[in-house]
Amino acid sequence: MSPAMVIARREINAYFNSPVAYIVVAAFTIIAGGIFFVFKFFLTQEASLRGFFETMPMLFMFLAPAITMRLIADEKASGTLELLITMPVRDWQVVLGKFLAAMALLATTLALTLVFAITVRALGPVDRGPTIGGYLGLLLMGGAYMAIGVMSSAFTRSSIVACIVAFVISLGLFIIGQATQYLPAGPLQGFAAFIGIGTHFDNISRGIIDTRDVIYYVSVMGICLLLATLSLESRRWS
Amino acid sequence: MSDLMIEVEGLTKNYGITRAVNKVSFGVRRGEVLGFLGPNGAGKSTTMKMLTCYLAPTAGRALVAGHDVFSDSLEVRKRVGYLPEDTPIYRDMTVLEFLQFAAAMRGMDRDKVPGRIKEIGQRCGLGDVAGKLVGELSKGFRQRVGLAQAMLHDPDIVILDEPTSGLDPNQIVEIRSLIKEIGQEKTVILSTHILPEVQATCSRVLIINGGKLVADGTPNELRARERGGRYRVVVESNGVAKDAIRDRLASLSGVTRCEAIAGEDGSHAFAIDAGSADLRKPIFRAAVDNRWTLLELAREAASLEDVFRNLTTGEEGKS
Repeated sequence: MSPAMVIARREINAYFNSPVAYIVVAAFTIIAGGIFFVFKFFLTQEASLRGFFETMPMLFMFLAPAITMRLIADEKASGTLELLITMPVRDWQVVLGKFLAAMALLATTLALTLVFAITVRALGPVDRGPTIGGYLGLLLMGGAYMAIGVMSSAFTRSSIVACIVAFVISLGLFIIGQATQYLPAGPLQGFAAFIGIGTHFDNISRGIIDTRDVIYYVSVMGICLLLATLSLESRRWS
Repeated sequence: MSDLMIEVEGLTKNYGITRAVNKVSFGVRRGEVLGFLGPNGAGKSTTMKMLTCYLAPTAGRALVAGHDVFSDSLEVRKRVGYLPEDTPIYRDMTVLEFLQFAAAMRGMDRDKVPGRIKEIGQRCGLGDVAGKLVGELSKGFRQRVGLAQAMLHDPDIVILDEPTSGLDPNQIVEIRSLIKEIGQEKTVILSTHILPEVQATCSRVLIINGGKLVADGTPNELRARERGGRYRVVVESNGVAKDAIRDRLASLSGVTRCEAIAGEDGSHAFAIDAGSADLRKPIFRAAVDNRWTLLELAREAASLEDVFRNLTTGEEGKS
């Protein structure tokens, strides 16, 4: 097994051994379900998960920092990073392992929300395509949020600081996207729409998967994980 | 491959403008237990962090098991077992889980892992705690888990940063004997600021101060180098003048200082400082020739404490 997978497995076990992960996942599921059913589903009277998907760019801003904040920062604070990194493992494998663990927890969380899909389906016919596409999109967008969180965690030795930094970066990207509504049409609006982390999800929540959106999310993941790796490597710069 | 397991040349590390390690050079042969001695903040940990590839040197180079710590660090890390200062181990894992994790990270053969963990657990005395959480262990047991982890993959070189700090005297004795045992088949580097530790476990000592290497040798060599020797001579005083004896002793070749010191009634006692030559025979001859009755003749070696204090306080004054 590659070192990245060994690290991912360790982190997943650590998640399921800690009450924090259960609380975060449960809170997310309850809040997401509450918002969806109370404010979206019963209002629109439409047998679709679109209302659920629409709230995700906002809710992920809270979920991702909570899941990722301690991944690297905690290891720096407790000194275990030194032990980990002096084992035969490359820095990017450490980062990737942590990221994969966060993705595993995200996938578990999203699997819980399938209850909503089942509920909605019991009340009316649901289009299968947009639902499956929407969930794939959630994994993609979630990956971007998680990568931002892993990167923030690599920047500091305090998990609280990591949490705040991740939240602020995600919020910034989210707000830029929301600003497109108020900007005059033109290059600035196009730029804001391109940078915004939520705007790329609009298509997906409607059931359209566009390569541009996929490229955006994959790029965010790539850039953030690269910066996290560089941040770990910086201890060796002098 | 040569006998030299670790070769360090001009190793230097700057943190910003402070120089933590300054042009340190040394070599460690296979099977040596090297004690890295120095006051706190002397650069011991920084040097170890460079040897284990956690930090990169600012200048100079280090070869560990024939591989460069910077350009070939993965190969170095495969061959080194490392226990960082304060034994940082995941507190949320059980001892067994942690050792399994370390084995997997090291890419050890899956079938062999359980047997190896059992074997190393026995050697490190981990029998009863395998199922306990690391966070619940006493410091002594945590240290043993750290040692087990460092030994697990049967590395050629084991590097231990202050392996006995924070332990009680019984635990210290246990860990030391464990290190000695490890040293019989591996090359070991350990850092400490506790002097008896070096005497008890190390075959060679490096003393580092202010980032510079100030001494290198076996514990005995260092003691001898510090002070050629101090002799204590007691002679029965029946009818012999104290001054005559003192003058005779002072005239022996190699004596740098000879003075009378307080002795028991009916005897004359002298303290003699000398260079590196062994003065026991000449003193004995002088006593026989002059028909003194020699009551006591002892060579007192300088303690490692003296060596250490002189080297580490003197150096600060110079720089």
